[in-house]
Amino acid sequence: MSGTFVGMPAFPAAAREALSDAQLRRNLAHATSTIRAKRAAVVGEVDEWEELRLAGAAIKDNVLHHLDEHLLRLEQSLTERGATVHWARDAAEACEIVASIARRHDADEVVKVKSMATQEIGLNEALAAHGITAWETDLAELIVQLGDDLPSHILVPAIHRNRAEIREIFRERMAAAGRPAPENLSDVPRELAAAARLHLREKFLRAKVAVSGANFAIAETGTLVVVESEGNGRMCLTLPEVLVSVVGIEKILPAWSDLDVFLQLLPRSSTGERMNPYTSMWSGGTEGQEAHVVLLDNGRTRALADEVGRQALRCIRCSACLNVCPVYERTGGHAYGSVYPGPIGAILNPLLRGVGVDEQTDSLPYASSLCGACFEVCPVRIDIPEVLVHLRSQVVDAHRAGPPKGEAVAMKSAAWVLSGARRLSWAERGMGVAGRVLNRLGRKVMPGGRRALGRLPWPGSLWSNARDVPAPPAESFRARWRREGRR
Amino acid sequence: MKVAVQVTCINDAMFPDTGEAVFTLLRRLGVAADFPAAQTCCAQPMVNTGYLDEAVPVVRNFVDAFAGYDAIVTPSGSCAGSVRHQHAMVARRSGDGRLAAAVARTSPKVYELTEFLVDVLGVTDVGAYFPHRVTYHPTCHSLRMLGVGDRPLRLLRAVRGIDLVELPAADECCGFGGTFAVKNAETSTAMGADKARHVLDTGAEVLVAGDNSCLLHIGGLLSRQRTGVRVMHLAEVLARTEDA
Amino acid sequence: MSAREEILGRVRSALASADRTDAPVPRDYRTAVPPGDIVALFAERLVDYRAELTRCTPDSVPAALAAALGPVSAVLVPDGFPWQVPGAVADTGQTPVELDRLDAVVTLAALAIATTGTIVLDHGPGQGRRAVSLVPDLHVCVLRTDQIVPGVPQAVAALSPDRPQTWISGPSATSDIELDRVEGVHGPRTLHVLLVSP
Repeated sequence: MSGTFVGMPAFPAAAREALSDAQLRRNLAHATSTIRAKRAAVVGEVDEWEELRLAGAAIKDNVLHHLDEHLLRLEQSLTERGATVHWARDAAEACEIVASIARRHDADEVVKVKSMATQEIGLNEALAAHGITAWETDLAELIVQLGDDLPSHILVPAIHRNRAEIREIFRERMAAAGRPAPENLSDVPRELAAAARLHLREKFLRAKVAVSGANFAIAETGTLVVVESEGNGRMCLTLPEVLVSVVGIEKILPAWSDLDVFLQLLPRSSTGERMNPYTSMWSGGTEGQEAHVVLLDNGRTRALADEVGRQALRCIRCSACLNVCPVYERTGGHAYGSVYPGPIGAILNPLLRGVGVDEQTDSLPYASSLCGACFEVCPVRIDIPEVLVHLRSQVVDAHRAGPPKGEAVAMKSAAWVLSGARRLSWAERGMGVAGRVLNRLGRKVMPGGRRALGRLPWPGSLWSNARDVPAPPAESFRARWRREGRR
Repeated sequence: MKVAVQVTCINDAMFPDTGEAVFTLLRRLGVAADFPAAQTCCAQPMVNTGYLDEAVPVVRNFVDAFAGYDAIVTPSGSCAGSVRHQHAMVARRSGDGRLAAAVARTSPKVYELTEFLVDVLGVTDVGAYFPHRVTYHPTCHSLRMLGVGDRPLRLLRAVRGIDLVELPAADECCGFGGTFAVKNAETSTAMGADKARHVLDTGAEVLVAGDNSCLLHIGGLLSRQRTGVRVMHLAEVLARTEDA
Repeated sequence: MSAREEILGRVRSALASADRTDAPVPRDYRTAVPPGDIVALFAERLVDYRAELTRCTPDSVPAALAAALGPVSAVLVPDGFPWQVPGAVADTGQTPVELDRLDAVVTLAALAIATTGTIVLDHGPGQGRRAVSLVPDLHVCVLRTDQIVPGVPQAVAALSPDRPQTWISGPSATSDIELDRVEGVHGPRTLHVLLVSP
């Protein structure tokens, strides 16, 4: 039904393709600038924002540092309130648990609340293999699912699509999945949303089993929290007889009272609203429902073991970092080859999967100019640039044993030159000779009067394909200093 | 106060006029600064590409070259940021306790040029004269890693004759990013193209920034596009006077 | 080894060399309160979410209810809702399909939050089970001004996690198409709050 990220090329190649899509870049630039402005306005209203960020980071760190105790506490609270708790080491085990619950209730379909964890584990595809159809009910997820597409944003998975494209998807694909799109459907967002309402309502009303994630799981009380906007979440959480919630083990908050931090941080960072339209909270089997909770590892304990990278597990999936990222804004989410795109994806994927295994994952920590805009907006103060640099060193270390790549040779040579002033001075003298020649021969003059080099052979072409390079000066600073005998 | 200038490797090799401007400026403000000849690089290119082992001897060279100075002034937000935020990590990696101690002594003494002018010397009017239409790009590391705030703009506003115009979307990255510029060349130039367009929208003759690495990238794009806009390091603008 | 034991084991070994001292959590935000009249602030923020608002007094509630409900014929009225409502249908445990045939629902609320314009239902008396305020297309909620708290911290402190909760800020909405906000997707497309001052 929907596509898969398996086999995606490494970031630079995937980005190249995205960059050549002018429509995609327009859609992304419009969407990210809209949401950036909304976020900035509502964050600006909160005087104590920085303190809330500090509190959010500290609470999450304290959970992570005692995760074993909090997990046991959560399990106990949930069990006392009538939920069945399952533990899943990896994606396959989690999918198997969900499928077996659905099968036990003779369900050949489930309705789904938008959830990153279930996307991460590929639940829809796994259920399909069991003959169970998973219906995505969030509008954007529906667009992605009907379009055989992949999500490209954490909060707005169809951010790469504009209204005209969405109208086409609805007209062509809705009928095969249930109630068809109305005749004469226009591309006005209000009408598109109304079409989704009609299409999904019959599914909500008949569903026996629902699958959700959770934004927060309170260890003290067994409370699960789902924040959403459309009401599709409430439909799934409330109407079916059976509810299975797949919850990453890092989603825990210690106490009910800690919600007062996160229900301020998340909506403002995420949708740029003071509060999202609907937040549902429940513990265990509620109003006669059969409740299951699947506690999911799937690489989280690997990330937890990384002293620097551990902070990525504070993430509350708000996507503020995506919306401010200049790289994401231009390449879109698919280039990251994961359900977790953008700056957080660039650190989370390598942390969950490990580096040195595949080229695609190893390319992600480099998919950043390290501008730091992500850290500035992160509601739980994840120092993404710090983790990126740390993971780059892990990628390099993972390849130290093999034959050195061109880059490694270049870096080792540069380091050798730069570890002593005499070596650097010799290198600069060589550049100066080249500079004197080029200054005489170079035809192009840059604004300000310096001669420019022409197009360079590879790997210099990676720079000079789009940018002029000034010819080196005839004399380095240190050479002039020495020649003039200054001190 | 014993003051050293960390000219930076890129300025030493490619932009000696920027290094010259820093000394001219400091001399005019009564500061006799040294150029410790043993200096090379802050090691940021290795660190940011993930080559931490390779960065160790470069960091060791840095702390040796600048030992004994009270203030180390550098015309680069990026290099200052690297020293303050990355040298400790490299030292930890080396497992050398003496290097870690040396880093802990040296790092806090590093000042980006505008920090040194505004915070240490307490000046915003450095007596400069630059009768041109100028726009200013606050580089990411100055802005977000160091938090230099409006110090560069306060210095620029006090320059006589200057016509300073605001750069749209100024705080957006230009796309340089060190080895990012070649490892992800297409994305880097796409970001740079938007920055160049914003610069052109201002109608400025000169784009000024506090980091020549970013200017190498933006200036390279502006030159390739034959825009006629020149790029200049902030230090060179601040060093200009009516006599020069 | 069970998945449970294995995951707990992985957590413990991941943290074996970690500094497990708790970081202090700043809590000054709990004493921050919005300036000015919180009732006016709530009203402003609620309307900002395109919810409808009618101010009334205890005596004028029945008339306001009739006006807010308009010409509807079947209105679900939960147990414990204190006013008479035209076209009232009691909650007899209707199935989702049956709820879908109703025109509207009236409820009370547990409290409301001024800074965010949020009403909170804890599904106690007069508020109904969770589905009844979800499936019908019009939700009319009667709230007293003394139920309004300044901000999120005060709301969390006043609410009990022993009850399920639904926090509602305006009608159902989506921004999934070009970040263009559209009100009314799956939940009630109209939220009308009757705010009762003493």
